[in-house]
This record gives sequence, structure tokens and C-alpha cells, in this order.
Amino acid sequence: MRPPSDPIDLDAVDRRIVNSLQGGFPLTSRPYAAAAEALGLDEDELIARLKRLIEVGALSRFAPMFDAQRIGGAVTLAAMEVPAARFEAVAETLASMPAIAHNYERDHRLNMWFVIATETPVGIGLAQREIEAATGLKVLLFPKVREYFVGMRVEA
Amino acid sequence: MSAGELDEVDRALIAATQEGLPLVREPWAAVAASVGISEAEVLARFERMLAIGKVRRIGAVPNHYRLGLAFNGMTVWDVDDAEIDRLGAAVGALDFVTHCYRRPRALPEWPYNLFAMVHGRSREEVEAKRTEIADLLGGAARASDVLYSKRILKKTGLRLAATAG
Repeated sequence: MRPPSDPIDLDAVDRRIVNSLQGGFPLTSRPYAAAAEALGLDEDELIARLKRLIEVGALSRFAPMFDAQRIGGAVTLAAMEVPAARFEAVAETLASMPAIAHNYERDHRLNMWFVIATETPVGIGLAQREIEAATGLKVLLFPKVREYFVGMRVEA
Repeated sequence: MSAGELDEVDRALIAATQEGLPLVREPWAAVAASVGISEAEVLARFERMLAIGKVRRIGAVPNHYRLGLAFNGMTVWDVDDAEIDRLGAAVGALDFVTHCYRRPRALPEWPYNLFAMVHGRSREEVEAKRTEIADLLGGAARASDVLYSKRILKKTGLRLAATAG
């Protein structure tokens, strides 16, 4: 259980890196050199700054983002109404389950919202029943029907 | 798509890179060495996975909270089914919406079918963005709500094992 982390200070170069490198990393032998050149930086400086941005938590990671469904897996948003007195215990139960990718407390009657991600579609229903059996609470599933395109645009 | 469409080499590439690319001058060569194939094959396979959408993108994954975007509002809307695809695309095109999905309603407890995620530096900033979405949807949205995140309880992402099974 951890609260949202405190914001950190980034300099102008860090911000340019975060804003411009959210996609499009080159598929070439020296991709950091190519990306660095576009930013007016040196290859080793870009690598060092990326290491630091990950270390301080400004970036969760620098990596390919896979589409869980297109690689054969399954993913769905799900929600539960968890009584306040049992909230922490239920959160612990979900935290221990590998099928639970994200879990957020939200201010609504449905106060626990999480993502179930499994390697096969049948895993979603299994995870739903496992959570319901473990908690005695109803799990509502909100699988995506359609995704509307959004760009990459987190502005640091 | 079935799990069978991911071959063993792609699976090994995903397992080797999903938590982070090597931060070295030749990261693809390092991945190639760890998987036991050539760098050229790694590059060709990633090109292909990008082209067919198995890889959405390659790059920095920002942590909104650490970047000061502490307020995360999941805005939800009950939109006329006949209008939702046109309007969902328009909401997704707003430059402050980071995720936008049509999802099933769960009646009676949940009447909303359009989910649009909005981040901001303050609650007011998120509310202002929610108002912009409401203006765009107009009369096609019968009801709406916004669910602020209070706490991250867990965040890992899909973890694929190196081998099927």
C-alpha cells in the first residue's frame, strides 16, 4: 500500500525526453544515438538521463508496450463494492494474485477498480470467480468493446 | 486472436523486454544475445510486431504521479448507443484524454458505457476537462460521473512468462 508519490523536479532536458520519447524508439543498432541526436543530446547523456528518470520514478520503465489482447492474452477492467471495514484485507488479497495488473481505490460506491490481465481469455473468468470465492463480493467486469484512439501526450 | 499466434521467439522477446530495454548503446544486440538470436532478427520481429499492433509503441512509460499529474479522474458517460462510436472517437481525439473506451453497462448498478481517463495537476483542472467532454457530448450523454483515484493499490502490468504453459 503506498500513496501516490510526491512529484519531482525535472529540468528542461528531462521534460523534452519524457515528452518526446513516449514512442517511436528507433529499431536500429544504436537507437539511443539516433534518439539523442533528434533531441540535440549525446548518446551517453541520453542513456544516463533515462537511467536517472527511471531511478527517481518519473518513468515507470523504458520498454516496448505490448497489446495484451493481440499477443493472445486477455485484459479487462473490473470493479467491486468493498465494505470499508474489509477494504485493506480485500486489497491484500488482490495484490497477491498475479492476474491483477493494476488496482486503484476510487471515490465511488464501486470503490475498487482493477485490471485483470491473463495469458488466455479463459483466465479472466477464472480470476473473477477466484476473487468472488475469496472475498464473497460480486466482481463486475467491464471488458473493452471498442478502443477510441488517443495519442501519446503526457506532458511532463 | 489465440495464444497460439505468439511464437516462442516472440514470446521470449516479450519476456526479455517487457520490464525495460537494456540502457546500453546497443540494446537490441543485448536483447538478441539474451534470447539467442541475431540482432537483425530481433529488429525484424519488432518491426513486424509494431506493424500488426502486437507492440503498441516502444519508449518511455511515464509515471503520472511523479510527474505532478496527481489527479486522475475516470470520467464515465451514458451515451446513446447509436451515437457512441462517432462521439467516442471525438472524445479520444481531445488532447487531454489518455484512454478512451466503450465498455458494457452493468445495469442496474452501472449505466455508463463510455470511459475517458483524464489527468490533471488539480481537481479543478480535471473538472474543467470533464466539462469540455460534456460540452462535446451534449444531449447524447444522458448521465455522467467522475471517479477520482484515491490510492494506487497495485501496479504491475501484464507479466508474460518466458515460455508458454
